[in-house]
Amino acid sequence: MSLTASIQTPIRSVVRRRHRTEEAAIGWLAVSPALILLICLLFGPAAAVILFSFTDWQLGAATFRFIGTENFAALWADPPFWKALINTCLYVAIVVPGTVGLGLATALLIEASPALRGFYRAVHFLPVMSTMSAMAVVWGTMLHPSIGLVNRALAAFGVTGVNWLRDEHTALLALALIGIWQGFGFAMVLFVSGLKAVPQQLYDAAAVDGADGVLDRLRIVTLPMLGPVTMFVIILSASRAFEVFDSVRVLTQGGPNYASEVLLNRLYSESFDYLRTGYGAALTVVYLAIVVALTLAQARFIERRVHYS
Amino acid sequence: MAEIELRGIEKHYGETPVLKDVSLKIEDGEFLTLVGPSGCGKSTLLRIIAGLEDQDAGEVSVGGRPVDGARPKDRDVAMVFQSYALYPHLTVFDNIALPLRTRQLSFAQRLPLIGPLVPGRAGIERSIRVEVEQAAVMLDVAHLLHRKPGQLSGGQRQRVALGRAMVRRPTVFLMDEPLSNLDARLRVQMRTEITSLHRRLGVTFVYVTHDQSEAMTMADRVAVMMGGELLQVGPPEELYRDPQDLRVAEMIGSPKINIVTRAHWKDNRSGVSAALAPQTRRLAFRPEAAVLTTPADELPNGTVTNLENLGSDIFVHVALRDGAETAVVRTSPDERRFSLGCTVGLKVDAARLMQFDEGGRRCGDIERVAAA
Repeated sequence: MSLTASIQTPIRSVVRRRHRTEEAAIGWLAVSPALILLICLLFGPAAAVILFSFTDWQLGAATFRFIGTENFAALWADPPFWKALINTCLYVAIVVPGTVGLGLATALLIEASPALRGFYRAVHFLPVMSTMSAMAVVWGTMLHPSIGLVNRALAAFGVTGVNWLRDEHTALLALALIGIWQGFGFAMVLFVSGLKAVPQQLYDAAAVDGADGVLDRLRIVTLPMLGPVTMFVIILSASRAFEVFDSVRVLTQGGPNYASEVLLNRLYSESFDYLRTGYGAALTVVYLAIVVALTLAQARFIERRVHYS
Repeated sequence: MAEIELRGIEKHYGETPVLKDVSLKIEDGEFLTLVGPSGCGKSTLLRIIAGLEDQDAGEVSVGGRPVDGARPKDRDVAMVFQSYALYPHLTVFDNIALPLRTRQLSFAQRLPLIGPLVPGRAGIERSIRVEVEQAAVMLDVAHLLHRKPGQLSGGQRQRVALGRAMVRRPTVFLMDEPLSNLDARLRVQMRTEITSLHRRLGVTFVYVTHDQSEAMTMADRVAVMMGGELLQVGPPEELYRDPQDLRVAEMIGSPKINIVTRAHWKDNRSGVSAALAPQTRRLAFRPEAAVLTTPADELPNGTVTNLENLGSDIFVHVALRDGAETAVVRTSPDERRFSLGCTVGLKVDAARLMQFDEGGRRCGDIERVAAA
């Protein structure tokens, strides 16, 4: 018995090793389409951008030379860049709570009563499906200082509206409100599906335990059970808000006086209006670094806080 | 103090009737089990007592006070759910403390962040801590107070759910299949723990289960429900010995009661056939109410098809003569053994033979017929 075992062992391990390499090969083969696409569409371009950020290349130019970190130094010393960075952060800081709050409130209201539920869901989801640049034109008309619907409505209440998109104090806020309008429908849909997954027995238990008021139910059951969905919505709306571009490009082009300048618009102007590709690439690298850092931080945070098991 | 009275409770879901004219009085301090197959309306009845659902007709009173329309928290009832329904984001301590906090703290004191600053809260929190710790010690979860429900085993979660229910000393405990998510061994252990908890607290327990053995072993009285109706209410031994409905007889007892059509008793030597009530269609007897005889001159008779040896008892399965019906008879391992395939007769104790009519209702007992 032990003799046969000792003879068989080396043979078996060889067989097993060959089997394992074969398995690995099949595994690589299976992931190769995705891997190739990832390299071509994601890692390749990213590497190219990082490379260009160390050059003085201009779009269309035949030659370029490496200039080290000169682009980054110029960026550091460029006030419009800092203005754009701060504005982008402000924009995110307004849009994320707005989207989450409005999305949650709408979801709760829609789920509270079965009447016309499908209709309300569809209506609130419409802005998500629409093209932002086209909708921006509509908003531009609505926010027009003299003929716009917004100022006319305000006038009806005796309030004199401002020139929303041309005023340094309101331009970014107006853009943020448009951002919330466009994004909260998606948050609502996610919250609605999250609400459906809350076990009814928890509400029953809360009712028996004396927590049957609206606020108590929210605090004890609904909000904690929506934790994972909320985190997901925050990440999603933050990353969407961070890449705000269409509405800015169409409505304000970053003006007036950089009051609504954001990172992506800055990036676009430098790269394609002024054709300073190297400088634009440096901006992109900074932008990418921020986005990656945010994503990693958020992923860490979620793992720890929101899953209860 | 906390007797529960149900009068003419009706409930429909759309067109489907779930409860049909259910009336039941549960005494103060009693342990009553509602048992029945799934969908029989027992959980709905419990939820109506709790106030989680409204009945379409009828009245509920708890402690002599009508509670129709009152909210669950105003009924002085506590409930334990099948899925335990613990709040997953709260620690065991906070789970058990929640019913006390919602009742004793004011709205402002309950607010997050601001609450702890409101005067008077610290004192209430101290007394809550004492009560939660008492309950936790009683249920042997004191060492788990800082864990979250996700880190507990099924049995521990069950104890925490019991703790949350008992901490505010309700006068009525409602339990909806509390043990059905536990494994078999733990379930048997928790049965005795719940009954001893009932003895210690001395309050009314209403316990819903589909498991007849749970119902039989735990309760003072068992109410058997089927198809939205109460079939019979009584102490476990009464339901076992004296079922008034064939469905009750079938549900209670393991192995199941034997049901044999009247034809098998034709020409029975002991004269059972002659003593049967005219409307009797089927006869039922428990596995221990019969002895096997050889030769098979006793009626009904048949062939041994299976032997279940449990060590203390051997259950002998007998396929009756025409093969369509089977009876199970308990024999002692000390008696003479029967082998597969041999032909045996069943001598049933006439006093323990129950007769049922066409609709499954109990009819004339043999003793009574014989005495007449």
